[in-house]
Amino acid sequence: MLTQRQVRLAWLLVLPTLLVVVLVAGYPLAQVFYWSFFKADIAFVEPPEFVGLENYVFLLQDPDFRQALWNTLKFTLISVSLETILGLAIALVIHSNFRGRGLVRAAILIPWAIPTVVSAKMWQWMLHDVYGVINVLGVKLGLLSQKVAFLARPELILPSIIAVDVWKTTPFMALLLLAGLQLIPEELYEAASIDGATRWQQFWTITLPLLTPALVVALIFRTLDALRVFDVIFVMSGANPATRSLAVYNRQTLIDFQDLGYGSAISVAILALIFAFVLLYMRTLGREALK
Amino acid sequence: MKALWRVANRGLFYLLVVFIVVYSVFPFYWAVISSFKPSDALFSPDPSFLPLPFTLEHYKNVFLQANFGRNLLNSLIVAGGATLLSLVLGVLAAYALGRLPFPPKNAVLYIVLAMTMFPQISVLGGLFMLLRQTGLFNTHLGLILTYLLFTLPFTVWVLVGYFRGLPRELEEAAYVDGATPLQTLLRVMLPLTGPGLVTTGLLAFIAAWNEYLFALTFTVGDAVKTVPPAIASFGGATPFEIPWGSIMAASVVVTVPLVVLVLIFQGRIVAGLTAGAVKG
Repeated sequence: MLTQRQVRLAWLLVLPTLLVVVLVAGYPLAQVFYWSFFKADIAFVEPPEFVGLENYVFLLQDPDFRQALWNTLKFTLISVSLETILGLAIALVIHSNFRGRGLVRAAILIPWAIPTVVSAKMWQWMLHDVYGVINVLGVKLGLLSQKVAFLARPELILPSIIAVDVWKTTPFMALLLLAGLQLIPEELYEAASIDGATRWQQFWTITLPLLTPALVVALIFRTLDALRVFDVIFVMSGANPATRSLAVYNRQTLIDFQDLGYGSAISVAILALIFAFVLLYMRTLGREALK
Repeated sequence: MKALWRVANRGLFYLLVVFIVVYSVFPFYWAVISSFKPSDALFSPDPSFLPLPFTLEHYKNVFLQANFGRNLLNSLIVAGGATLLSLVLGVLAAYALGRLPFPPKNAVLYIVLAMTMFPQISVLGGLFMLLRQTGLFNTHLGLILTYLLFTLPFTVWVLVGYFRGLPRELEEAAYVDGATPLQTLLRVMLPLTGPGLVTTGLLAFIAAWNEYLFALTFTVGDAVKTVPPAIASFGGATPFEIPWGSIMAASVVVTVPLVVLVLIFQGRIVAGLTAGAVKG
């Protein structure tokens, strides 16, 4: 009796959330799919015209799309790798016992708390070609032979943007990995020490294998985030073709060029790309999390 | 020799710690001191590492010249609204998903999980049209509703965990006393999830406060625009006119409250982040 009432109540309680899901995810997504088969502008100045797969065919031949895809993949690969290595190093440092550990943990949360737009602006100022502190310090310390226009030289823009992303998101990585490190039982290290294993051997035989699940979670999580990167790139270099990511190109097509049809096709392509990674995510984590 | 080696090792370790702290904090420190330097000191080839000479000129400019006060208020309304709505809807759904017998529970959880993976960009066009059709384009409510795309799933996931962690006996005792499930939720369970509400609320608020893409696309003009797009578009027409002092002042104003909150709730945020990341 109670059970039946409980089931009804459960539905009632979940309903508002499901409505929101339909409203802000399901319906807009259906629209995007639908319009990707049309030649249409976002204000409907011209009547929309059904064109079938034409947008997708164009997408496959669009050099701008290919460039954006390449930029995104490059950004993702480099920034996620750097964040993983640096994050692991930081996690190992704050995992060991020392005075002021709490303070360090607080300090590394600061970049994470700062809005991406703000951190992009902060770094733009620090990377300023004449007055930026990086140039000033670099020259003073002899690391740079002369001041560098980091955000004007085509070959330096993407690396600069990656540096900002690494600065901002490494703490997040470090915290995820720290949580993983804390799950490894201390006795394993004690036993290994008694057996005469060096710290380095302990790292390779105990830490790394046991940290792998946490590492995979963090990696996939960051990868998904990096694949949809928008803020840091758009703020630091606008829609510059040399750096624009898929998301930046997609927004430009939809909003600036008002091209609803082609923009929607790009959206679908991005979704497909991320869906491939999500499948991986669900496989490795979904079941675990639902237990 | 061995003692010397240990001392050197220890020293190297602390050097590493110092390096990590400086690397994490210095850019923010630089933004803060830049916001207090007069413009001519800002544009000096040999800048001071202290906020000297000191001025509040940029803060005055930010609040007097630009509509920054309005932007701040908009951010408060939008982030606060999205957080509140997420918490209310999230508590209801999470209680059902965490504690009630409910056949398609896993399916619903998967749907919510899938939503957290959603790239915002892939629904941008659809949401843009939806907001225009419903007259919610360039309104606070429009932004709040679209922000639920990322705040609600996260809230539900973390709160489900909290509800599951509560002992069953509490609920049973309430039922024995004749409470309905809804009363049980509101009177018995909800008070116990206080810490969970604070954590998820804070994380949702930070996410909404920092959001840029939707705010940039779904608002025009300063009446509704939140802080991130306002800061991004601050400044002159050419690179020579960029008012770095004012940008840094605005950046400090929007960041300091967040940094303070994060430092206060440090432990909980770390727990919430890891839980949220593992679950979605």
